[in-house]
Amino acid sequence: MKANNVTSASPDGDASFRDVATAHVPFRLGRLLLWAVILIVTVDFTWIVARNENFGWPVVAQYFFDPTVISGLYVSLGLTVVAMTLGTIIGLALAIARMSDDRLASSFAALFIWFFRGTPLLVQLIFWYNLSTLFPQLSLAVPFGPTLASWDTNSVITPMTAAIVGLALNEAAYMAEIIRGGLLSVDRGQTETAEAFGMTRARALWRIIIPQAMRSIVPPTGNQLISMIKATSLVSVIAMADLLYSVQSIYNRTFEIIPMLLVAVIWYLLITSILNVGQSYIEAYYGRGERRNGAEAKPTDTGAAVEEPSH
Amino acid sequence: MSAVQITKPLVEVRDVHKSFDQLEVLKGIDLDIMPGEVVVILGPSGSGKSTLLRCINHLEAVHRGFIAVDGEQIGYRIQNNRLEKLSPNGIARQRRKIGMVFQQFNLYPHMTVLQNIIEAPVGIHGESRKEATRNALQLLERVGLSEKAHSYPRQLSGGQQQRVAIARALAIKPKLMLFDEPTSALDPELVGEVLATMRDLARQGLTMIVVTHEISFAREAADRVVFMDDGKIVEMGKPDDVIGNPQHSRTKAFLARFL
Ligand SMILES: Nc1ncnc2c1ncn2[C@@H]1O[C@H](COP(=O)(O)OP(=O)(O)OP(=O)(O)O)[C@@H](O)[C@H]1O
Ligand SMILES: [Mg+2]
Repeated sequence: MKANNVTSASPDGDASFRDVATAHVPFRLGRLLLWAVILIVTVDFTWIVARNENFGWPVVAQYFFDPTVISGLYVSLGLTVVAMTLGTIIGLALAIARMSDDRLASSFAALFIWFFRGTPLLVQLIFWYNLSTLFPQLSLAVPFGPTLASWDTNSVITPMTAAIVGLALNEAAYMAEIIRGGLLSVDRGQTETAEAFGMTRARALWRIIIPQAMRSIVPPTGNQLISMIKATSLVSVIAMADLLYSVQSIYNRTFEIIPMLLVAVIWYLLITSILNVGQSYIEAYYGRGERRNGAEAKPTDTGAAVEEPSH
Repeated sequence: MSAVQITKPLVEVRDVHKSFDQLEVLKGIDLDIMPGEVVVILGPSGSGKSTLLRCINHLEAVHRGFIAVDGEQIGYRIQNNRLEKLSPNGIARQRRKIGMVFQQFNLYPHMTVLQNIIEAPVGIHGESRKEATRNALQLLERVGLSEKAHSYPRQLSGGQQQRVAIARALAIKPKLMLFDEPTSALDPELVGEVLATMRDLARQGLTMIVVTHEISFAREAADRVVFMDDGKIVEMGKPDDVIGNPQHSRTKAFLARFL
């Protein structure tokens, strides 16, 4: 009979030698060289840019915290937050409508998404801004019946409202598809379980489905948010004083185009970086049940040791 | 002789038919289940066992006949002497006295074990968080998983997950528990721990309907065994009779595989 020795399949090397805890990573020369080349090129390029007079770094520094720039920055950030929030809420409603059994609701959502994704944002913004030429009066009325209230369109649609409405509705169309994809990614058994326990649909969505969908909703939403910050620069065409508009207004006076654009670029990059950090925290939060070996949820020291997943 | 206590059945299934498109899956099922009874449903794959279970808590609607649990016809109500379909929220309310355990466990992966268990009691049944937590910890002790209260489902073995799923279903203090092949997704060495938990529940007088392929469980824990084939109940009776001395040829053929 041939004994097959399983405990040490390889003849050479004793057990202590083969303990993986003693394993080390071999030195990789090629990788090191690659790193060195990339590092040198990057440093060199930075050096060249920094010393190039045409970039006008002193001007950049001088205007970086200019009140006009800062107020433009606030406008851009404010628009982003408001439009993104509205867009997400409307997008969620659209996603639910799109997935419902109700033909009317799902067709309406499909039509909305089709229209707002299919036309350029710039054109949409200009349309909203010029709404008064299409509908001089906005009125609240019973269809085909009496008018209850009526406003002059120009007094309602300021550059600000045009910008918010335009950005939010466009965003809603994209968020609707992102959210729908997320909701579809959740195991069908979860909905069924919630149903079997007698949860209402709204509660099942809120407590069970959406928290799990967040894992696949957050990364593309991060993308959308960053796109949105840059998309706010489009509102400068309808005379909203956003970040880009404010640096433009300065270089129209001083003719220092490149340095002023650099001011805007650096601000955009700063905001984006902060958002990236925020995103990774949010992703970690919604991935908390995924780590097989991750830390267990820490019980709080009080008896009622349950932490509500806050959302 | 003492007076015979007349109890109404907890579950009444009357002439139930159910089809998916053209395929008739349930072909006239009649079944009464008394409070405290443990009924095990056996039958070959595709015979309609899961479908019957899912009809009982109205995850699927039946096409003919009716099903009532605790005197209430699930999914409907009588209004002005006419039967009326209930709204989704109305059905949700009726389901709250029925617990269900799934083949794939279906724990909520984003919640800890404890949160999984108190979700329904706190969120749906309006228990206080403190009360629900105390109750949940007791249930965890009963299924032997006290130390896992703050783990996430993915950190548990299959058998442990299924025991948590049972605790979660018990937390709503159900009048009726439905089990759909609770051990089929488990490795053989983990089946025992789940069956032991279920045997405990059976002894404590919980009304249970269990779909399973575990013949030994049926023999030891069931008050009645129902054998289904091709959408019909073929044979039904005491475990010793149906399993020990089957009358119908299809029951014999089915059981022969387990000997
Ligand atoms: N949602 C559905 N749509 C269409 N057909 C279905 C659906 N659910 C079940 N069926 C069909 O109904 C029949 C009975 O299915 P059911 O799941 O009740 O069988 P089962 O007895 O539980 O089998 P198993 O032991 O394999 O779980 C099968 O032929 C199945 O293909
Ligand atoms: Mg089944």
